[in-house]
Amino acid sequence: MAGGSSTDYIKHHLTNLVYGEKADGTWGFATTAEEIGEMGFWAIHVDSLGWSFAMGALFLLVFTRAAKRATAGVPSGLQNVVEVVVEFVDKTVKEGFHGRNPLIGPLALTIFVWVFLMNSLKWVPVDVIPGIAHALGAPYFKIVPTADPNGTFGISLGVFILIIFYSIKVKGVGGFAKELSLTPFNHWALIPFNLFLEIIGLVAKPMSLALRLFGNMYAGEVVFILIALLPFYLQWTLNVPWAIFHILVIPLQAFIFMVLTIVYMSQAHEDH
Amino acid sequence: MSLNLTLVGQLIAFAIFVWFCMKFVWPPLITAMREREEKIAGGLQQADKAEKDLELAKKKAAETLHEAKANAAELIEQANKRATQLVEEAKDQARAEGERIKSAAQAEVDQEVNRAKETLRAQVALLSVAGAEKILGASVDSEAHSKMLDQLASEL
Repeated sequence: MAGGSSTDYIKHHLTNLVYGEKADGTWGFATTAEEIGEMGFWAIHVDSLGWSFAMGALFLLVFTRAAKRATAGVPSGLQNVVEVVVEFVDKTVKEGFHGRNPLIGPLALTIFVWVFLMNSLKWVPVDVIPGIAHALGAPYFKIVPTADPNGTFGISLGVFILIIFYSIKVKGVGGFAKELSLTPFNHWALIPFNLFLEIIGLVAKPMSLALRLFGNMYAGEVVFILIALLPFYLQWTLNVPWAIFHILVIPLQAFIFMVLTIVYMSQAHEDH
Repeated sequence: MSLNLTLVGQLIAFAIFVWFCMKFVWPPLITAMREREEKIAGGLQQADKAEKDLELAKKKAAETLHEAKANAAELIEQANKRATQLVEEAKDQARAEGERIKSAAQAEVDQEVNRAKETLRAQVALLSVAGAEKILGASVDSEAHSKMLDQLASEL
């Protein structure tokens, strides 16, 4: 705890390191909450983006290494671990997605492992990396990209684009429009009502994906930060059980994100 | 905490990661895993087949062994039979030979006896003639008689 009141400490820990155009026209890192507000949309959370890139790169590095050495012979070490994950994802895809699309497997694998790695940054004690960043001069620092709505919405937006793309590709523009306007009530008079329902349903998919993950991670992080407010000799009584609990939460959230993506993609491929 | 350009960055990163995964990670891994699955399935199948083959071979070996044993027993029996037969034959032959030798000897003996009898008869006749001549020559000499008779007897 670097001085200040508890409220300041919590706020400080929940603010990202933002790079953008300041009110006076210069570009740089925001040093106060007001400056962040002034930056508006045209700003970047350097910490979220950096850590999510790093985690994605880690995922691809490890898996590419295993993929390069993959043989049909006896697997060992890294290849075993990687294959267990791939096998698990492949099985889940096969259960949930009945069409044929070479994108779904890699998509599900990327989501599962990447989200898992980003979530797992929560196991790093809340003050360690931000502390280092502060020592290096960063005004704010927050490491878990999935506890940042930008991080989760970025992924779910990608999934949403794929849903629209495959809906149109498989059913055609007409088919997709028909599905939106004539279900659940197949009557011309109810087209506006159907459209209203279906579009809400469609938009709810990426919203629910992103908000579920963000909500879980953000809430978990807030609790970790609150625990960090306790005297240091008491912290372990709460943060150890909470971290152990996250052994369940972190993979579960990654798994849910993956499964729902598969289900949504499957729905997009279904032609009525 | 507001939405901003980070979202777009994250979206682009996501797209790149998925593309990379689809290009370089997923296919080789899945191919290798499928290949291994096939290999293992083939190996198991072969093992099953080998086991069946082994069982068949065992059965065949047992059959052959059994047959060989039966053959051997038959051969031994035949040999035994033949041996007893040979012995019997030899015995018969020996008996016949013995019989033949015996009868030949008997015949020879008979012949010899006859010949001896013949000779004896001739000599007895000669002797009796000689004796009678002598008796008629020295009629009352009993001493000479007895002497002559003794001589006759010893000549017999």
